Amino acid sequence: MRHVGNRVARPEGPAKVEGRAVYVDDIPRAKDEWVGGTLRSPVAHGKLRCIERGDFDFSRVVVVTAEDIPGDNVQALIVDDQPILCADTVRHVEEPIALVAAPDQGTLCAALDALEPRIDPLEPVFDAERSQDVQSEISIDKGDVDATFEGATRIVEGEYHTDSQEQLYIETQGMIADPPTADGTITVRGSLQCPHYVQKALRRAFAVPPEKARVVQCETGGGFGGKEDYPSVVACHAALLAHASGHRVRMVYDRNEDLLATPKRHPSRVRHRTVVADDGTLLAMDIDVLLDGGAYTTLSPVVLSRGVIHAAGAYRCDNIRIRGRVVGTNHVPYGAFRGFGAPQVCFAIERQMDRIAASLGIHPVVIRQRNMLRLGDRTATSQLLKESVGSEEVLRRILAHTGFDRHEWRKERSGNKRRGVGLSFFYHGAGFTGSGEEMLKGKVTVELDDDGCALVRAGSTEIGQGKNAMFTAIAADALGAEPDAITIVDPDTAAVPDSGPTVASRTCMIVGGCLDKACRTLADRVGGDPNTPFRERASAFVRGGGDAVATETYGSPPGLQWDQNAYRGDAYPVFGWAADVAEVEVDLTTFDVEIVRFVTCVDVGHAIQPQIVEGQIEGGTLQSIGWSHIEVMTAENGRFRQDRLATCIIPTSLDTPPIDVLLVEEPFSNGPFGAKGVGELPMDGGAPAIASAIEDAIGVHVTHVPATPERLLEAWLEAHPDDAFFEAKR
Amino acid sequence: MIQFRLNGEAVSVDAHPMARLLSVLRRDLRLTGTKEGCGEGECGACSVVVDGKVVNSCLIPMSQIDGTEVLTIEGSGHANIQDHFLAEGGTQCGICTPGMIMATRAFLEDAEATGAAIDEDSVRAALAGNLCRCTGYGKIVAAVLAAARTEGDA
Ligand code: FES
Ligand code: FES
Repeated sequence: MRHVGNRVARPEGPAKVEGRAVYVDDIPRAKDEWVGGTLRSPVAHGKLRCIERGDFDFSRVVVVTAEDIPGDNVQALIVDDQPILCADTVRHVEEPIALVAAPDQGTLCAALDALEPRIDPLEPVFDAERSQDVQSEISIDKGDVDATFEGATRIVEGEYHTDSQEQLYIETQGMIADPPTADGTITVRGSLQCPHYVQKALRRAFAVPPEKARVVQCETGGGFGGKEDYPSVVACHAALLAHASGHRVRMVYDRNEDLLATPKRHPSRVRHRTVVADDGTLLAMDIDVLLDGGAYTTLSPVVLSRGVIHAAGAYRCDNIRIRGRVVGTNHVPYGAFRGFGAPQVCFAIERQMDRIAASLGIHPVVIRQRNMLRLGDRTATSQLLKESVGSEEVLRRILAHTGFDRHEWRKERSGNKRRGVGLSFFYHGAGFTGSGEEMLKGKVTVELDDDGCALVRAGSTEIGQGKNAMFTAIAADALGAEPDAITIVDPDTAAVPDSGPTVASRTCMIVGGCLDKACRTLADRVGGDPNTPFRERASAFVRGGGDAVATETYGSPPGLQWDQNAYRGDAYPVFGWAADVAEVEVDLTTFDVEIVRFVTCVDVGHAIQPQIVEGQIEGGTLQSIGWSHIEVMTAENGRFRQDRLATCIIPTSLDTPPIDVLLVEEPFSNGPFGAKGVGELPMDGGAPAIASAIEDAIGVHVTHVPATPERLLEAWLEAHPDDAFFEAKR
Repeated sequence: MIQFRLNGEAVSVDAHPMARLLSVLRRDLRLTGTKEGCGEGECGACSVVVDGKVVNSCLIPMSQIDGTEVLTIEGSGHANIQDHFLAEGGTQCGICTPGMIMATRAFLEDAEATGAAIDEDSVRAALAGNLCRCTGYGKIVAAVLAAARTEGDA
């Protein structure tokens, strides 16, 4: 291994630092290019009666409504409940009702202003607890929970809430669509994570076969899940306008539209009832998970699935009952965001573990050591942990680094600024849930050219996470070549196979694994003396008429079993393990929380590109830190209040502590060079570690993130009802 | 006509005095290295250097640009900073990077001129107007500190 484990330059790096990288809105404007916009609903629920046309010469523009859609008016994803354009019932604020394309921005705005949707309002539902509309329901049952509760002497109960969160990629959503060519091919290019998802959506909207819907990824300015499903919406809209107008159409959202209309993290409520022995051993866990799915199903069943599977945390318990529900409301649909249901339930279980520790008077570390999943244990779905279990090692390393096990947690502290330290311990399944990968059958093709260079064709996208450098390192070492002999082909559905979506921490482990195998196949075919440079050998092989193309399709490791009905078995090929320690300072006058220090220890299997892995961990951790106390995202009458960057706050460099990253490498036999997924894991543990540190500092049990000053004051007053100073401030 | 120097060259543009510098750079002059993340002065993706100071070009009307010296990512003189952003892992998705690099350039030149301290805290303060959602800032701060150490060697 010469490149795996050592730094390979990002192939796209120079263009990024020199400002030459071409993001969608950097594509030069074509001469006859038009601009597209969306007419949206001002109300959360109602019957669309008509769209009135006001005083404007509509011959100057093109207007598209539901009946102009050539194929199905369905935003193809999991369930066919979401229309591309509302035809009948409006279910959320900002729902698309009509599209307009115009020669320029001024004309577009005038036309949109002249269109007035007439909607008869219906009663909206915003409270998930009261919703009757179950989008998906999942249960896990292990052992005998009821019997354990019957004889129980010690039951700890808790209820935890998490609010929504905005992905806040710095590049907003955007697509450029070309009008159909003579043979009917539609092309869209844009900012996206999953070209083949977009292709699937276009196929349905236009009723065309895959080769007639071409999707090209531009350089993409961040995704974090936010560009998993929504780009399909923008792509369908832009393509419909291009189709109707005969012009190339550009649709790039401004920040306001992006914040108001696009999906965010599912808000959650999780209830825990836990039977514990006097020494802290978990005897039974009864967990109820509720997610607000918003107005349409989108990806919610899959988010719930990951949430339910992770709800019992990285702990061993023989008796577990988990009930999960995601319900429909009239909120803007919630969707994919790094972590995908796991951060919500991780917050809840980690807070519950602290609550159990406090109730028994034992240290947070001890309760975790007593119950953590280890090699040979079984998870909530009864998955046997056979290998690559870094649980003990991540905890050992982080304790050695921070000394948290010697810290007197929740000791009474004094002064106006109070410091506290908190811990979280967690795991995250890498890859798709259950038989997902088996069904996806992701593919990678590697092709050698006359010069002995390798072209890597995969549908996986570079969204900043370092896919290009990571694939280059894997291909170089698997072929025995130098990185300059490797070219990663940019995702374009006309040029790359479907490798499955760039989500779920699967690009390195699953797609990288296929790449590794394809390259080894080629290296075997090329053969020759390894002391001769690969390019020379490969060039001779290709010129000699050798078979220069290898395609690898993912197959699950042997022995994986998953029962989708019972929700039992091998939920994931493998898990990543991690522990975080946060130190905070809480100002008792303002209830501002400052993060003083943050340490995270992560088992990544093997770091293909250590610097990139650290970058993923630092960035994901900061998103979790932001969610814990800074990033507020709330809706009023179904409309997000935080509709601009002035109000939608994320951490700046000044809000960010130094983040120490410790890597543990417990290799996974089925991952490339032992690697397993790392993208999402860092999002899970920051919020509970910080909540725990706040609890340590000021003695209040934080059960709701973000832990804003308002919420902390509230909790403080509850704990100190006769604190006259704060009573007066209220 | 508004006349100014752009990356060392004299330019004159026929722009409305209230047109945003960002739009003129990106649309009229086709310099798309400067990015738009919010259009309201909050994200710093549009940072350029005007007369030695870093500004949000989305907030600057062209009337203020007449007679100034404007530097963008397409100009020269920041290769050292760019190299360190690459070496330290200071760019991920890259959308914040041009703005970060221009803010860094203004900061380092100012520190050189005034003799102000260049350390972790001053770097974090200098970049506080530039949001990055990918990196967690640590590797960006490391890149700036490394660039500061080698500035002048390049
Ligand atoms: S685009 Fe100028 S500060 Fe965000
Ligand atoms: S590198 Fe993506 S926003 Fe900074």
